[in-house]
Amino acid sequence: MTASYVLSMLVSGLKLGSIYAIVAIGYSIVYGILRLINFAHGDIMTVGVYLVLVLMNSLGVPVVACIVISVGFSVIVGLLIERLAYRPLRDSTEETTLISSLAVSSLLQNLLQMVFGSQRKPFLLPNWLTQSHKLGAVSLSTINILTFIITAVFLIALYFILTRTKIGMAMRACSENMNAARLMGINVNRVVMFAFAIGSGMAVIAGVLLAGEYKTIYPTLGFVPGLKAFCAAVVGGIGSTGGAVAGAFIIGLAEMLFAGLMPASVTAYRDAFVFLLMVIVLLFRPNGLFGHAEGGRS
Amino acid sequence: MNNVKLRDSNLFRLIVFVLIPLVFLISCGLKPKSYLTGIVVTIGIYVILCASLNLINGFSGMFSMGHAAFMAIGAYLSAFLTLPSNVKENMCSGLPDWLIHTQAPFAVALIVGGLGAMLVAVLIAFPVVRTKGHYLSVVTLALIVVVCAVVDNQESWTNGSRGLNGIPAKSNIVSVYIVMVITLFLLFRIIRSSYGRGLIAMRDDPVAAQTLGINLVRKKISCFAISAFFAGVGGALWGHYLTAISSSGFYFTKSFDIVEISIIGGMSSLSGSILGAIFFTVIPEFLAPLESGLKIAGVKLPAMFGLSNIIMALLLILLIIFRRQGLMGNSEIILESWFSKDTYLSLFKKEEYQKLAAGFKNLFARKKKQ
Amino acid sequence: MLKVENLVVKYGSITAVDQISFEVGDNETVAMIGANGAGKSTTLKAISGLHKISAGRIFFDGKEISKTGADQIVRAGLVQVPEGRQIFNKLSVSENLTMGAYIMKDKDAQERNRELAYTLFPILKERARQAAGTLSGGEQQMLAIGRALMSSPRMLLLDEPSMGLSPIMTQQVFAALEQLKKEGMTILLIEQNAYDALEISDRAYIMETGRITLEGSSADLIADERVKNAYLGGEL
Repeated sequence: MTASYVLSMLVSGLKLGSIYAIVAIGYSIVYGILRLINFAHGDIMTVGVYLVLVLMNSLGVPVVACIVISVGFSVIVGLLIERLAYRPLRDSTEETTLISSLAVSSLLQNLLQMVFGSQRKPFLLPNWLTQSHKLGAVSLSTINILTFIITAVFLIALYFILTRTKIGMAMRACSENMNAARLMGINVNRVVMFAFAIGSGMAVIAGVLLAGEYKTIYPTLGFVPGLKAFCAAVVGGIGSTGGAVAGAFIIGLAEMLFAGLMPASVTAYRDAFVFLLMVIVLLFRPNGLFGHAEGGRS
Repeated sequence: MNNVKLRDSNLFRLIVFVLIPLVFLISCGLKPKSYLTGIVVTIGIYVILCASLNLINGFSGMFSMGHAAFMAIGAYLSAFLTLPSNVKENMCSGLPDWLIHTQAPFAVALIVGGLGAMLVAVLIAFPVVRTKGHYLSVVTLALIVVVCAVVDNQESWTNGSRGLNGIPAKSNIVSVYIVMVITLFLLFRIIRSSYGRGLIAMRDDPVAAQTLGINLVRKKISCFAISAFFAGVGGALWGHYLTAISSSGFYFTKSFDIVEISIIGGMSSLSGSILGAIFFTVIPEFLAPLESGLKIAGVKLPAMFGLSNIIMALLLILLIIFRRQGLMGNSEIILESWFSKDTYLSLFKKEEYQKLAAGFKNLFARKKKQ
Repeated sequence: MLKVENLVVKYGSITAVDQISFEVGDNETVAMIGANGAGKSTTLKAISGLHKISAGRIFFDGKEISKTGADQIVRAGLVQVPEGRQIFNKLSVSENLTMGAYIMKDKDAQERNRELAYTLFPILKERARQAAGTLSGGEQQMLAIGRALMSSPRMLLLDEPSMGLSPIMTQQVFAALEQLKKEGMTILLIEQNAYDALEISDRAYIMETGRITLEGSSADLIADERVKNAYLGGEL
């Protein structure tokens, strides 16, 4: 086990963490405002990746245009889901909306299966994205490098939105006290829609990065990575955006180091390890590492 | 006799909730190999699973989504105890010798399956009781991932992701329905006992419950354990019904199915699990023709795999939007009828017949008025 | 300016507000007094659109707002300072004020209002960058009022502004309200602290178990034996 191997594992972990971060933020901002675990989040990501696949392979649209169109489409899907499946349940219990999101998740997965079949399909990005570059001891593909850049851009943009723009501040206000936000004249529905739009759009980007890495796509592609990103958000303290990002990098690094450094007989427990890690964090910090206690919300 | 409603008549309850289902079950029992009987057995197992889930989700204020994990534990343990020794030597050579050579009776295997699930429930109850709300649900989801990973990777015990097959087909309409009635009876007694009232108090107001001297931690752990026991038994029955099991059958989807049944019937009603299981099992049967391509008015529709799941998901969303409390709300009318001797004694009471008649009369009178 | 007709508000099957009617004229300060649970806060929530009304009508400036959404009511110029302050703890003082001006498109007007809030409550300016949750109870109440003023409202609804405050803080808050009143703000003030509320208001309504049982000019009510006995401790 050489130093460069460990280094490459660290870089892989950061890469995975970046992807989780983009997805986890989507979970976290929606949860922050609505107290809703949107299980369909990972599936919106899959929908977007399938659209990219169709546009790229069947219609020959350039890959960047594919992604832009797909992000737009997924934002609309996210907004439709919010309007039809979540908004009618706005004043009901947490469990009810949770079930609704499970139903939406199942609906999307089955819809994809119906249209595209359940078997895996190759997802190959153009060469300029997959060719690798040697950077010191580690080699990275263009898309790996882009993953870091995109994540950084997203995080900076999000920080700017949340602290400098009215809609961003309104998001924070809504997640703290929705009724008081209403009394400010804030149209809560519009804020919720904004959160869903950001979350869905970002999820698609993460999906493309993930599928580009796996080089394959199937109807349940997004579900487990989605859940892991959700674990990351929970580890960080769900509802806290900074926490979600920190949690994502912790989970990504831990997962990669576990897979890369543990003996082969143990590495099959990779997914279980991620979830156990979350449970252990919750044992000691029931609201996550950076989260605040639930409740106190009127 | 003027305001007697049909549902207040013991005799009516006896006919609708006991006699008619019994006749139906017996007629199914006479044709044990038929397709319909298979569906009825599935319903019975789902009732056990869902009712046990409702004890947590509907009565304790916790929301668990980990039932599939307990099912898996029950199913595998029970399989270990009942598979023929030579099969075990082939598929699960890593098992200890004494276990390979053990052949337990079906009932013992079921109970051991339940106890195993219960033990695991007590272990994970510690992180569970420390968390609240969504976090708790997420911890139970994590349990599924962990259990399935163990099942997949302990190949010498479980045959890995290939799973176990050749499990004795002991789940039939008789065994399943006997277990189901016992389960419902025990759970019903639990929710109607002082223990159950404590659970409900904890659900409605944990702080107030604590001031009444209820030990929340002990209550949560015990509730989790009881529920897991029946989930383990249900999982074991499921294994003996399918005769072949693997971890993929006990993953998220299975848990979500049970949660879905619970929501359809009404989380806060054990009786609801019966309605929920029936709807959840029967509706897809009607939708199945759509999947393989149906002919409607001479037009052949293309085969659409997954369509029935899509329609089920849509129906579920509509149900929770328009009837959040589920079909039964918190009514226990079915179990009250089953487990009250008044229901059965009503056959021999003259006034019950009069009440039934009055009930019918009032029903028609009300209909006319509308 | 505000007119309420036969308002009924229910929580499930419990009637919290039972057929009350009252009005607040232009530039008038009206107090609504009553014990805990009399239905005062519920009335305010119904006016602001936070709680659905079961029957009756509410008019603001002659326009019916009974079914208008909470955000639209704020846009119309009717702003509530909620009970228990309900400031955004994790946002800074300055960001809280920005949220108060959420509906304002005009940046200059927004800055003018911010200066007005700072003049009324200088402490807010000192603490502008601090997280609002770190303020004392009285300062939080000032922030809540300042935040409400950010959207240039034409009428303020105040829900128990003195609740949980020390006597000194209460005086400061009421002094600020006095100032606003002088500048011509229309105010509906809900209070359990009957004496201060009657001192500052022109007219008042007394509410008991969901109904208005007494109304009149504040000067008359303060001298009324029944009010003295029930709400002013009897010895005044």
